[in-house]
Amino acid sequence: MIWNEEAECMLQEDKEILQLLRLRKVAKHAYNNVPYYKKLFDNAGIKPEDIKTLKDIEKLPFTTKDDLRKVYPFGMFAVSPKKIVEVHTSSGTTGKPTVSGYTRKDLKIWSEAMARGLVMFGATEEDIIQNTHGYGLFTGGFGVHYGAQKIGCTIIPISTGQTKRQIEIMKDFGTTIMIFTPSYGLYLAEVAEEEGLNWEEMNLKSIGFGAEMWTVEIRREIEKRFKAPAYNIYGLTEIIGPGVALECSTQDGLHIMEDHFYPEIIDPETLENLPEGERGELVLTTLTREGMPIIRFRTKDITTLRRGECDCGRTLIKMDRITGRTDDMLKIRGVAVFPSQIEKALLKMDGLEPHYQIIATRPHHLDELEILVEASSDLFSDEIKELVGIKKKIENYIHNEIGLRVNVTLVEPKTLPRSEGKAVRVIDKRRFE
Amino acid sequence: MELKIKQLSIFLENRKGRMKKALDVLEKGNVNIRALSIADTSDFGILRLIVPEPLKTKKLLEENSFIVKIGEVIAVRMRDEPGGLGEILGILDDNNINLEYLYAFVEKKEKVAIVLLHPEDIDGGIKALIDGGEEVISAEEIYRL
Repeated sequence: MIWNEEAECMLQEDKEILQLLRLRKVAKHAYNNVPYYKKLFDNAGIKPEDIKTLKDIEKLPFTTKDDLRKVYPFGMFAVSPKKIVEVHTSSGTTGKPTVSGYTRKDLKIWSEAMARGLVMFGATEEDIIQNTHGYGLFTGGFGVHYGAQKIGCTIIPISTGQTKRQIEIMKDFGTTIMIFTPSYGLYLAEVAEEEGLNWEEMNLKSIGFGAEMWTVEIRREIEKRFKAPAYNIYGLTEIIGPGVALECSTQDGLHIMEDHFYPEIIDPETLENLPEGERGELVLTTLTREGMPIIRFRTKDITTLRRGECDCGRTLIKMDRITGRTDDMLKIRGVAVFPSQIEKALLKMDGLEPHYQIIATRPHHLDELEILVEASSDLFSDEIKELVGIKKKIENYIHNEIGLRVNVTLVEPKTLPRSEGKAVRVIDKRRFE
Repeated sequence: MELKIKQLSIFLENRKGRMKKALDVLEKGNVNIRALSIADTSDFGILRLIVPEPLKTKKLLEENSFIVKIGEVIAVRMRDEPGGLGEILGILDDNNINLEYLYAFVEKKEKVAIVLLHPEDIDGGIKALIDGGEEVISAEEIYRL
């Protein structure tokens, strides 16, 4: 089923006209009502009227997380404060959080985008959605909530944590759709198995997961454990929250709601736009947002855009799952390493738990990578030489993936920190030395 | 008579306090260790134990998040004097049986020592030792020590 066929299956030519009209309108709105944007536009020597074609978007200035921090908290709002009905913030783990403000119209757009996405993975008004995303300043919880309510699903706003209770509710309420971050999902599965939950008796139809990077192998693992297909949700607080892009039943990339959010791919070093199909940093512009229009936001997420009609019938452009962040990319001895590559290598080992931690150090002016991996009973052997062999094997898999020699340390099970939100996979100790 | 002794092997990180934690679990579970050895590398170690109730103890350790495997070893009573062990190893050598590791302990009451052997071929090892005139001790007796 398609939630909004008119928008989701629009002809490319029609969509481009709509996007251009909306782009001109939003640029004008930002320029006239946000002093910070007026300054950015003026510095770049561009006026909203200069936008004649969609390609002219490339002349507009970028917005970065730093820009948003400079005007913290409400400096990006383009309407009078009384029209803002809700605010959310990013987690603020890397500095001051960034704030996102929504008018009633913005909340409608958000609900619409999430409703489209939930329908992509099969949600109907018959479904019972257990939303383990946190309710609060984090956008994850409310985004899913609004989308589910728009469709008319029954939503269980259980939020994150209380893992045993999650399992009990899942069983007692007959949850049909689960929403979680990949790392919390894996943790949940682990606890469910300890509690002796029988998945065959569960009525799970699909899983929506997001807010974190994942690999194909992690998805497979989640699908295997929960015995249900898992679909990707993408979004970010600065743009709206979850709902920017979601995956359809083909599980082959996420459809961007491009009538509301205009995507571009740039080279993060040169800042030049890259042609379709090339891998680079995703840049997003909100085309319809009223409370806080955002022009060319640099997401720092690495992906690829692909156009062409999807088997699901939608014409919305697709992005690949995020395969890296321009900022969690580790430069080890000059080589770019993404945690997702390490994860991919680890999941090639049978019997390995997908819990790991990457530690970068610089002991003798030379970068070293240590990967802590939890051993499991499938992997453990009574022979030292076999254990050393397993460690070497993992090291070789990683070497094949990233081209660098690393040191793998097997640690005892359940000793690496589990997350109930975003997992801390990388510890870079180099800057403190 | 069961001649294969069940041995627990526990995975330990080579980190301060890990061995103590395992032993604390055993103490709380009132498990009296009959024999113990540890093999280690710079990163990790394997703690090998002989206990009276191996299956129950395995479960106890697993409940405390340890990785545990059960393996088998042979127990042989030997003279507690120079050359006692050499004699036993000689028998295995003569029969071309590879030994992966061994550890021994002294039984005070009886003035004998007991060696625990883990050959690649455990059945072959038992046969060779018995044929060679050694006293292979039953599992029952070891657990009861």
